[in-house]
Amino acid sequence: MRAKHRHALPGFGLTLGVCLAYLGLIVLLPLAALAWKSASLGAGEFWAIVTAPRALAAYRVTFGCAALAGLVNLVFGPLLAWVLVRYRFPGRTLVDALVDLPFALPTAVAGITLTALYASNGPLGRALEAHGWKIAYTPSGITVALVFVSLPFLVRSVQPVLEHLEPDVEEAAATLGAGRLTTLWRVVLPTLWPAILSGFALAFARALGEYGSVIFIAGNMPMVSEIAPLLITAKLDQYDYAGATAIALVLLAGSFATLLALNLLQLVTVRRRSAGSA
Amino acid sequence: MSAPRLASNALRDPWWLRLPLLMLALAFVALFLVLPLLAVFGYAFEKGVDFYFASLVDEDARAAIRLTLLVTAIAVPANTLFGIAAAWLITRFSFPGRGLLLSLIDLPFAVSPVIAGLIYVLLFGAQGLFAPWLAAHDVKIIFAVPGIVLATIFVTFPFVARELIPLMQAQGSEQEQAAITLGAGGFAMFWRVVLPKIGWGLGYGVILCNARAIGEFGAVSVVSGHIRGLTNTMPLHVEILYNEYQRTAAFAVASLLALLALATLALKQLVGWRMRRATPADGTHA
Repeated sequence: MRAKHRHALPGFGLTLGVCLAYLGLIVLLPLAALAWKSASLGAGEFWAIVTAPRALAAYRVTFGCAALAGLVNLVFGPLLAWVLVRYRFPGRTLVDALVDLPFALPTAVAGITLTALYASNGPLGRALEAHGWKIAYTPSGITVALVFVSLPFLVRSVQPVLEHLEPDVEEAAATLGAGRLTTLWRVVLPTLWPAILSGFALAFARALGEYGSVIFIAGNMPMVSEIAPLLITAKLDQYDYAGATAIALVLLAGSFATLLALNLLQLVTVRRRSAGSA
Repeated sequence: MSAPRLASNALRDPWWLRLPLLMLALAFVALFLVLPLLAVFGYAFEKGVDFYFASLVDEDARAAIRLTLLVTAIAVPANTLFGIAAAWLITRFSFPGRGLLLSLIDLPFAVSPVIAGLIYVLLFGAQGLFAPWLAAHDVKIIFAVPGIVLATIFVTFPFVARELIPLMQAQGSEQEQAAITLGAGGFAMFWRVVLPKIGWGLGYGVILCNARAIGEFGAVSVVSGHIRGLTNTMPLHVEILYNEYQRTAAFAVASLLALLALATLALKQLVGWRMRRATPADGTHA
């Protein structure tokens, strides 16, 4: 395979070699093992594992809580981005930096902290349970952890779009007599939807696989509050490699489908935009 | 990030809209970001300063800190070299399979950390593909340090490459070509031209890679085996302490990780600010 060098820059062979060796060892070989292990299961056996009641309950909890957390951030993510871009208030830079905390804070730390806060003897847990809402060790707790983990995705995908929003459309709407709320709802929000949806997809894909921040607060009761990644580790603990692999494939399929949908969405948006400007 | 011209009244929300939106956003930040961050330190010191430091110098804690530093010291440089090589390859040459390479680099972001651990167990575990060979040569990878290093490398390898690729794409290659035309060797060109050009972006990627490598939990937990003093990283040590109802000790170790997160955020702000300084015309985003 000979490369079409655009220019005579050195290092093609070296960097290609490094990348192929590295990716081959770290990614391709292990993924091949995943395929090899699942191939060792018959189709019937595979189906029986991935549709077992405990597995189905785990998907329900994982996908349901991830979607719920995404919906919460669907509201608060763009709100936070709006406030950070458009309003000036003391501590704005600090809040802006803090938005990345869930990226930077190790998930286990987030997990034990949220659990301590929302458990029955924690300050938030006690207050909420007085109103009959139990958070820790229920799916609500899983959702709280996933809201924390996926918040930055929504904020950071909407923020740059808001920063580069042309002011003239809003000004035109105001000149034509639209109230501020109408302008926000009918003019600003529609331009944000692609960014909001792509942030949602990234957040959802991340939440599907999330483990560290969830397992402490989840309670991990099979059928009730057990997430799919935990089911994988439970099967591994019993040396059930094939079972773990089967559940892992379902989870991977969920993440890949989400990211594929995101790519299609971006394709459609780009098309529409270039059609509009043509 | 030029501030929008807020002077224009049409762009300004009226106070009856601005105030509630600001309050709502700040309340959310306080509840979901500030409170947990403060709680880490609050719980860490709930039994006093002496207990806090005793938890940190405990023998198992020290072993966990040492292991985490060791794993990070291997994974981060390895991923930095790979990131530079991948970015150079992808932004300076066109070749068949370039798109596929890009998607492969992004792959770990789509894979659950638990699955990242699982794939290495399938290769090197007790019933894994290479189990007979490993047993014959008395090599231990799973439930040992090499497995932890591999899982950490898998989870963190996109960070440096993801920062460098858009940056080097935007910068173009004129200076490198000038250097080569003037007779510089490949190594001199890299050291004297490329590295200074990508410095801040590289730093940004390394910071993110480092934070994730130190804090990784799911992938490492699957391959570690949780052997005290031997295969426990800091996050795993936090887990064990917490599950053994040693909450204060768990939060003391966790507070070190939280400090690391705060340092990461501060460095990110600093480097991001320097990057915008260095390339005033650029509008690219991470």
